[in-house]
Amino acid sequence: MERFTSLTSRTVVLPAANIDTDQIIPARFLTTTTRAGLGEQLFADWRYDEHGVPRAEFALNQPSAAGCRILVAGRNFGCGSSREHAAWALIDHGFRAVISTELADIFANNALKNGLLPVIVEQATAEWLIAHPGASLTIDVALRTLALPEGTTVSFPLEAFAQHRLLEGVDELEFLLARGREIDAYERRA
Amino acid sequence: MARTPQTLFEKVWQRHEVCAESAGTPAVLYVDLHLVHEVTSPQAFALLRERGLPVRRPDRTLATMDHSTPTSTAQVFGGAPITIDAAARQVRELEENCAQFGVELLGLRHGQRGIVHVIGPELGLTQPGRTIVCGDSHTSTHGALGALAFGIGSTEVAHVLATQCLLQRKPRTLAVQVEGPLAPGVTAKDLILAIIGHLGVSGGTGHVIEYHGDTIARLDMEERMTVCNMSIEAGARAGMIAPDETTFAYLQGRPRAPAGEAWERALEEWRQLPGDRGARFDREVDIDAAAVEPMITYGTNPGMVIPIGGNIPQRPGDPVFARALEYMGFNAGEPIKDQPVNVVFIGSCTNARLSDLRTAAAVLRGRRIASGLTMLVVPGSQQVKRAAEAEGLDRVFLDAGAEWRESGCSMCLGMNGDVVGRGQYAISTSNRNFEGRQGAGARTLLASPLTAAASAVRGRVTDPRELA
Repeated sequence: MERFTSLTSRTVVLPAANIDTDQIIPARFLTTTTRAGLGEQLFADWRYDEHGVPRAEFALNQPSAAGCRILVAGRNFGCGSSREHAAWALIDHGFRAVISTELADIFANNALKNGLLPVIVEQATAEWLIAHPGASLTIDVALRTLALPEGTTVSFPLEAFAQHRLLEGVDELEFLLARGREIDAYERRA
Repeated sequence: MARTPQTLFEKVWQRHEVCAESAGTPAVLYVDLHLVHEVTSPQAFALLRERGLPVRRPDRTLATMDHSTPTSTAQVFGGAPITIDAAARQVRELEENCAQFGVELLGLRHGQRGIVHVIGPELGLTQPGRTIVCGDSHTSTHGALGALAFGIGSTEVAHVLATQCLLQRKPRTLAVQVEGPLAPGVTAKDLILAIIGHLGVSGGTGHVIEYHGDTIARLDMEERMTVCNMSIEAGARAGMIAPDETTFAYLQGRPRAPAGEAWERALEEWRQLPGDRGARFDREVDIDAAAVEPMITYGTNPGMVIPIGGNIPQRPGDPVFARALEYMGFNAGEPIKDQPVNVVFIGSCTNARLSDLRTAAAVLRGRRIASGLTMLVVPGSQQVKRAAEAEGLDRVFLDAGAEWRESGCSMCLGMNGDVVGRGQYAISTSNRNFEGRQGAGARTLLASPLTAAASAVRGRVTDPRELA
């Protein structure tokens, strides 16, 4: 996995609460057997009409959204299905961080494993971000901070091991494989 | 020194710690049983192949296919090709992966195939005190037998295949205490919908739920599975119910449950699992079961739920709520009862077990479904299908005008081509009413098999107590 130390980008905002993984990537696109190429179908039913034509009013389709790597979303983003395809689709589209007041457990887990940073912020920060789409933010993984354009910096929680993995670019599988002796011992006594 | 009283969850967690968690690292948690299906496993097997890793414990891994598989008998058994190419590829790829890595597969034509969360308990693989994972969020179902069971992503599927372990921070605990009798016409599905309505769709985030109380103790195993199944719809990773005589009676004699002396030893161990008196939870919630009515959803998440006789709530100034009603084609303040219905789906890991089919069939016996309505009955497994046919339930459904299919996830998520049309209303016994869940533009109302069957007869949202 690539190292992830900091990120500066403008935001795209999807203010709705409870955006579920069926919206992020509808089930009919889960017949793929690879991780790549899901970005095209990200938010498919919101992004395109029934004839496949992009809906101009949808945030991701606006010219200002091009190149944005931070998604700001309403509370409880990523609820529902455990499909990791949701994280893969966001990353394939170009996102590297998702900011919300609350993220669903399995989604946040999946995101971290793919280098998509889940950032939990207080209500007041979220309200400011939702009111200012396109704001340029800087995320510092080592400091666990989010710098807003007008000079405010807020901190966000990030589990210590996840932070270590992002900063060093190591994945969990390497860590687990290195626990072989402990796993053997557990299997002997269980 | 007296031992600190532990909850059921804490006992199961502690017994599976290969390494306990510390400030710097999560716990390494051992997985007793890993269930694998065709949709979330291809990328995991690919990762193993990339790194040249074997499956560590094929004997603790069982694969089946359910999500994208066809439910038409011609495609499953008749040699007709699977109409969706990509689904056919997933089926083929799982067959190849299982053969290459030595994993047992209950494949497309196997007599014990079915929805992964139906066959685990049915085979006796789901047992009290076990840790069970699967690349599917409804893995919470298995908690009904006192297992710690939760859904994982595909990267974690690879971790478990390679190491039989997961890195996990210990979740918080939430006790949902349910007391009182369920009224006639009120089912386990109504109870869990009411609980989700109470907690909200993120009320359980970060928690494992334990369901307690005399109402839960009186539920049979299949009803308990319905309750635990939807724990994830309140945001909880897992739901658990302490094993008791009902659990043991359900498991005894199942093909992969312990037998003979091993059964006696297992029983002794399982009886130690229920939470200790005085064990503390991070949160506790009380539910009065006697007040629960038949429930139905009106919006686009399972927390948007009301009693069937109620009116759709009004939330002026809430744009997300307004959008949900617009998607559903409903108006705030209007009754949900008598809304016209186009499709009825009896199926899914929530409500496609034999007792669910019996309940629906009891309503339909001697009746016809409304003209113009499509009704799909999709058993949870091939064993459920055969058992239902042995009782003549298939005839009841067919005579009523419904379709009787091979098992699978089917219309719950519409991956296999079983979809609800754009703008159509479906009453579904499944677990998610998200926008487009059952097909692009489809409008889903979640309800019990009883309510679904009654509504099929009238072609409108119907309180099942009116048809009794």
